Amino acid sequence: MKTDDLISLLSADASVRQRLGRALALALVIGVLVSFILLIGTVGLRHNLVSVFETARVLFKIGFTLLLAAIATALVWRIGRPGVSARLRAWLLLLPLGVLMAGVAVELAVLPRDAWMAKWEGAHAAFCVFFIPVLSLAPLGGLMAALRDGAPANPGLAGAVAGLAAGTLGSALYAWHCPDDSPLFVATWYLLGILIVTGVGYLCGRRLLRW
Amino acid sequence: MDRQRREQQWTDWMRNAMDGDVQAYHRFLTDVTPQLRLLALRRCREFGAPASDAEDIVQEVLLAVHLKRGTWDVSRPIGPWLSAIVRNKLIDVLRRRGRQGSVPLDDVMETLAAEEKADTTDRLDAEQLVDQLKPPQRDIVRAISLEGAGVRETAQKLNMSEGAVRVALHRALKALAALYRSDVREDR
Repeated sequence: MKTDDLISLLSADASVRQRLGRALALALVIGVLVSFILLIGTVGLRHNLVSVFETARVLFKIGFTLLLAAIATALVWRIGRPGVSARLRAWLLLLPLGVLMAGVAVELAVLPRDAWMAKWEGAHAAFCVFFIPVLSLAPLGGLMAALRDGAPANPGLAGAVAGLAAGTLGSALYAWHCPDDSPLFVATWYLLGILIVTGVGYLCGRRLLRW
Repeated sequence: MDRQRREQQWTDWMRNAMDGDVQAYHRFLTDVTPQLRLLALRRCREFGAPASDAEDIVQEVLLAVHLKRGTWDVSRPIGPWLSAIVRNKLIDVLRRRGRQGSVPLDDVMETLAAEEKADTTDRLDAEQLVDQLKPPQRDIVRAISLEGAGVRETAQKLNMSEGAVRVALHRALKALAALYRSDVREDR
């Protein structure tokens, strides 16, 4: 095939134009919606959500997970676009990390030493590490499918970023159910759940996001 | 044409193309191709690959530009996007052919001097890849690329609806890109 013939071929296909941003937005909305319904349909929202909502630890937990999810998701918008730097948004991830460390420091300062272990272990650590990945599945599937239209320089890294975003979205949803509120708990078990999804994203990305 | 005007021209064409202007799209691809060819030739020489590989690379890059144009943000100039696509694809191609090494971020806009002419614009490899497509896709690709038929003519000839031809064509292009990717050439 001559290159000129290929150009004719490509021109004939000019009408099919999928825009990455729209695909990602659709994936995000559907993924979060599916996971939200899954949360409501299975374990439900926390029964005493209204009465505890204004306590500092609950506000911190929900605020932290939302901030992390927002920044990680914004990073996905950049990762599949050639010629656009994702570096600034990647550095921004340090912001929620700093917030979390500050939360942990305050928690350690206000709690008596012999209460540390109990708060760290919480009531449902194992379930948290299991259910955050479960709530991440729909966003991960959606973002991964959308990113197949992307052109990431490093498919594994792009998959990991999608996994990070999905994991943080899952954790931001789980926070509305989770009865464990200590920053010590969040810093350990939430991050572990998110890390698992990030790893899964990396492995999927290496296979699925090559182009 | 100086670099700035060319980039502006390419950006304008591609913006119109994204709004559905087929003529502008054709012009863009035709104008970009000689620059891509020069870049590919230069890389091939650097990595000791035969110059005949360059045209394969050009075609693979063109396919990537086509299939990934939705990742270009139309509010930005096309230059950085194009350079990054080309670079990623070159790394990919050279790695696949067993040549490790870093590829500098070539500025497509800066490739001006005509270095050498490749008269190998007709590629046997691409022909073989087209053969591997499934029947309706293969016939559509042949009709449009070799015989220069339009989508409507092709639809009439193959007794398909225009929509079906469009869908099959798009799938065929995706399949071609995947075939290029999986086409490991150990003999080089």
